[in-house]
Amino acid sequence: MLCIVCKKSPAKVHLTQIVGEKMQKVDLCEECAKTKGVNDSADFTLADLLLGLGAGKEIAQNAEGEDLKCPVCGFTQADFKKAGRLGCSDCYQTFAEGLEGLLKSMHKGTKHVGKVPQALRQTKDMNDRLKNLQKKLDRAIVEEDFEDAARLRDEIKGLKEKISHLPIA
Amino acid sequence: MDINQFLITPAESAGRTGPHDRIVMSSRVRVARNIKSLPFPGWAKKADRVKTLDQIRPAVEGLPQMSDSFSESMDNLSAVDKQILVERHLISREHAAKNAGSGLVLNREESLCVMINEEDHLRMQALRPGLQLKQAWLAIDQVDSHLEKKLDYAFSPTLGFLTACPTNLGTGIRVSAMLHLPGLVLAEQINQIITSVNKLGLAVRGLYGEGTEALGNVFQVSNQMTLGEAETDIVERLNKVLAQIIEHEENSRATLLERKPKTVFNHIGRAYGVLANAYSITSKETMNLLSLMKLGVDLEMFSDTNKALIDELFILTQPAHLQKQHSEKLGAEERDAMRAEMLRERLKNVGRPLTPPSGGSLDKTKE
Repeated sequence: MLCIVCKKSPAKVHLTQIVGEKMQKVDLCEECAKTKGVNDSADFTLADLLLGLGAGKEIAQNAEGEDLKCPVCGFTQADFKKAGRLGCSDCYQTFAEGLEGLLKSMHKGTKHVGKVPQALRQTKDMNDRLKNLQKKLDRAIVEEDFEDAARLRDEIKGLKEKISHLPIA
Repeated sequence: MDINQFLITPAESAGRTGPHDRIVMSSRVRVARNIKSLPFPGWAKKADRVKTLDQIRPAVEGLPQMSDSFSESMDNLSAVDKQILVERHLISREHAAKNAGSGLVLNREESLCVMINEEDHLRMQALRPGLQLKQAWLAIDQVDSHLEKKLDYAFSPTLGFLTACPTNLGTGIRVSAMLHLPGLVLAEQINQIITSVNKLGLAVRGLYGEGTEALGNVFQVSNQMTLGEAETDIVERLNKVLAQIIEHEENSRATLLERKPKTVFNHIGRAYGVLANAYSITSKETMNLLSLMKLGVDLEMFSDTNKALIDELFILTQPAHLQKQHSEKLGAEERDAMRAEMLRERLKNVGRPLTPPSGGSLDKTKE
């Protein structure tokens, strides 16, 4: 297991902390543990690490006091450190980089597996079909099968029309 | 409508049965959902929360599963009523603390409960008696599929359903079962079980969920991780672990009876003695002793008493339920006296525990 901060040295410091009602786990190498101040565990909170993980460089650049802020709801990194919760669904984009390491440490994976809302499933299915038709059309043109090409062109047009009317693109 | 007129009686609630209900008291599946680009409840201003509630509530009320339901804004419920809902495990303690801008929609059977603006915009849960995790998941999955057509969910193809706390990200699901484990506690094996369950990435909590004590030997086991594992896999995994815990509990009960029958009968006999004769008793002591009596019922030591009576008393002796039966406001001491009085009355016709035939001679090991 590699350190989740530098991702180079093997993790030797394994930290589990229960903050409020949530359990959080962090695995660090000795070097990073020291720089993050994990060793003096007395007043160390994982929340301090939360957004810092994986975003070390960016935070260093923002050291001027410039805080990342969600353009949709105005939530800041400092707010997250305080609350341990985000401000709105768009915060996941705003703080994406910082969250990556955190997610890795608390979940089984970092990519969603499981239920997808039907509207999105439909969109995905249609986009897949569209790509497929496009390929067929290209082939038909190369093969100078213009009858097929015309039919495919109309089908693609109809499908594009449908996709543009879906609620979520 | 008054929530107390809507709720089924404690007797009816306690009378419900399900698979493995000797050990698994209930199953629950909860999913967290949010509306795109609206601030999460914890960050939203009151006006925003009210607006969100007004948008979500009609959609939930309009669900076919909610055709006969109770729907209310949290500020219209009294503190005692909210506490009753917590004691019935219908809402979280966190939700009970909410007021204007948060709401609750509960179906007639009390098998489906939707909290609006708890930590997330939507916390929907399906409840079943006994071990029925899969059924609970299917029920809540259906509700969710209906709602996604009416509400614009915050969803990302890579991160799944977006939740206020990153710990719920992905499926937003929490699958849990409430277990009665007196055997493992008496055999002092419970800590081992908790440790190994934790190692599997599952959480073990007390009676009222997060951060609560395991009163009455009741434990909740639930999944911890929500991202990177599909709902059905989580349900499956929990089912496997629960089957093992059930087996361990049955084993430790059998072993206790074989090796230390006197200790077991002593605990149960004393529990009965105190519950049936006390003049003042706290809710904590009540729950711990009722747990032992429940074990006695399981071991057939109370010939004509069924599990439902004990489960009913489990509900009725909780502070808010006790308060509700009396018009005047009770202090803690008065409550303890009232509780004892009710227990004496309800246990009046329950005969003394009998030594089960299998433990006929306490000095020898039989079975």
